[in-house]
Amino acid sequence: MEGSVAYDNDLNLKATELRLGLPGTHDERQQQQQKPVSNVRNNKRPNGESEAQNETAPPPKAQIVGWPPVRSYRKNNSQPKKTESEGGAIYIKVSMDGAPYLRKIDLKVYSGYPELLQAIENMFKFNIGEYSEREGYKGSDYAPTYEDKDGDWMLVGDVPWEMFITSCKRLRIMKGSEARGLGCDT
Amino acid sequence: MFWGSRKTIDMNYFPDEVLEHVFDFITSHKDRNSVSLVCKSWYKIEKYSRQRVFLGNCYSISPERLIARFPGLKSLILKGKPHFADFNLVPDDWGGFLYPWIKAMAKSRIGLEELRLKRMVVSDESLELLSESFPNFKSLVLVSCEGFTTDGLAAIAANCRFLRELDLQENEVEDHRGYWLSCFPGSCTSLVSLNFACLKGEINLASLERLVARSPNLKSLRLNRAVPFDTLQRLLIRAPQLVDLGTGSYIHDPSSEAYNKLKAAIQNCNSIRSLSGFLEVAPCCMPAIYPICENLTFLNLSYAAGLQSNELTRLIHHCRKLQRLWILDCIGDKGLGVVASTCKELQELRVFPSDPFDAGNAAVTEEGLVLVSEGCPKLNSLLYFCQQMTNAALITVAKNCTNFIRFRLCILDPIKPDPVTNQPLDEGFGAIVRSCKGLKRLSLSGLLTDQVFYYIGMYAKKLEMLSIAFAGNSDKGMLYVLNGCKKLRKLEIRDCPFGDTALLEDMGKYETMRSLWMSTCEVTLGACKVLAKKMPSLNVEIINESEQTEFNLDDRQKVDKMYLYRTLVGHRKDAPEFVWLL
Repeated sequence: MEGSVAYDNDLNLKATELRLGLPGTHDERQQQQQKPVSNVRNNKRPNGESEAQNETAPPPKAQIVGWPPVRSYRKNNSQPKKTESEGGAIYIKVSMDGAPYLRKIDLKVYSGYPELLQAIENMFKFNIGEYSEREGYKGSDYAPTYEDKDGDWMLVGDVPWEMFITSCKRLRIMKGSEARGLGCDT
Repeated sequence: MFWGSRKTIDMNYFPDEVLEHVFDFITSHKDRNSVSLVCKSWYKIEKYSRQRVFLGNCYSISPERLIARFPGLKSLILKGKPHFADFNLVPDDWGGFLYPWIKAMAKSRIGLEELRLKRMVVSDESLELLSESFPNFKSLVLVSCEGFTTDGLAAIAANCRFLRELDLQENEVEDHRGYWLSCFPGSCTSLVSLNFACLKGEINLASLERLVARSPNLKSLRLNRAVPFDTLQRLLIRAPQLVDLGTGSYIHDPSSEAYNKLKAAIQNCNSIRSLSGFLEVAPCCMPAIYPICENLTFLNLSYAAGLQSNELTRLIHHCRKLQRLWILDCIGDKGLGVVASTCKELQELRVFPSDPFDAGNAAVTEEGLVLVSEGCPKLNSLLYFCQQMTNAALITVAKNCTNFIRFRLCILDPIKPDPVTNQPLDEGFGAIVRSCKGLKRLSLSGLLTDQVFYYIGMYAKKLEMLSIAFAGNSDKGMLYVLNGCKKLRKLEIRDCPFGDTALLEDMGKYETMRSLWMSTCEVTLGACKVLAKKMPSLNVEIINESEQTEFNLDDRQKVDKMYLYRTLVGHRKDAPEFVWLL
């Protein structure tokens, strides 16, 4: 997303390629089987011999109406494991002491602290150091902090991830003596 | 000699009140129906003493006739749309409206106390009228309904002075924010059950706390996502007598004061036997509930998408007395192995897909099911969404668990064969119906030929409901079922090559059933017309979503969706334009 396009050297044509089909699939058969199976009268039921044995590629994710038979309430109210950004993205500003401008990231894209910190390191080109509960971030001049719902500046990493993403309002990478001061205060 | 011939002993010699008292002990709907058929005076006594009525299809009779038949009606169960409406196969505005029922009962001054609805369209207007018309109204249970907002709930809260139960399960409710809860008057202290888990909006938390505090009889409380952790903790302190708890949001810092308070409060809740919710969850907070796990009989984590397999299994290790488990497939086959070795009392298992839109990635296979069948011999009810299934596994399951009453298997790829042998799953399902003589409900999936229906017709003698999709080769399949399953009440079929011959072979059969649904099959309009003409006791309805009108259509054309049901009152008057009543 943000990191890879800005810093990669190759043109990454595939990302800008216009194609039919659901995102994330690379199957050419996708184009032939766009229609929901239940509406195509002639070959709605591929007979056992031909289709079942040709299962070399995984079946295309054609949306059959009403399948799988899961109640629509449940379909609309289950969060899938891979959350997509359109459904409830959490964009927050990220600032770094000394950097000329801020960035924005979607917290929902990350599944935990390691991923988030890695992304921030890549974005601003620096190293964060190792986290420990007692000493904060050792081995670097930086400390990642966030402003929580109460307006307090907290060290990133102390609370459970789910709690963090719901209470984080903005991120700030602190530098220098201010950062070192935070590490000792637990 | 003294008694004369046996035939002269006359039960009717008993005064009515005695008979009525005897009938009070007969609670099953079927038995009461039989009682009313014995003779005229039994009919009359039963009629006036009948308080509970179950209508599996709201269009089988009219409100007016129901009221005339059972003027003492106090408790009514109504079901509206066909089952496949759950899966978006029935367009909006199809029908199933509550309002006419409320209007008729209000007009006839029925002393309604309990109403339970499934798949009905419930308007705010009907809820308001209900709340104003039945002074003794006690219990409202809405399952998979739609059409109302929180304003309708506000009317129920404000006006039903003796309300004991408000139970909303998986309804689509337009949420106008949380003021409805504040509409319970201060004098309302009778609540026993409150379930608003399906509401999406904010809740007035202070009102909720006060309501719980003044409801000493509250046994069942299911919260929605908007109720945070700290509120949950305060509610548990006020209601340690709870038997059934559904948490809302369950996220907090495990080192915090609030978390410790919740741990303490939960330990006081010795009566909790049923647990659900965790609509948002932090896995690290789960240990707080371990103390109540050992007494749980029902655990529903099917909306707890934030819990992964290892946390789920850690939790289940504590649940030795579990009888019913609803879980997501991210538990995996190994996790089901833990269920099998821990939950020896398990009777019902439901495994839902974590990602209902992605048909490729269920995390459970036939292995998990086999493990559960080996460890849980009391298993009698199953709903299982899985990646794949084999005949061998089904045969093993059939051997291990002969008590299945409900067996619903959904292989996410609808026509997938046995991946090991590449054969259809006829033999596997055949083993299930052969072995489980008490089977009442069956849902099939996977690659299936007419042979599976041969087995079903031959062995599934107690089967009442059958759901079929993408299965069979010819009309013979459907005929095996119609001829063999004598107790069949509901048959629903989609995308199968069953046509006119099967439909018309035994038209009288449909009078013994509640309903038949056929969509995207080979049935023609002409055949449906023939059926409708020959069987006036059936309503044959065609759902037509294309642009064509009835008059343009050729009788030889195949119908998209047909729904037929037996009825005492002929064509319904509220059918929308796209439903043709033949």
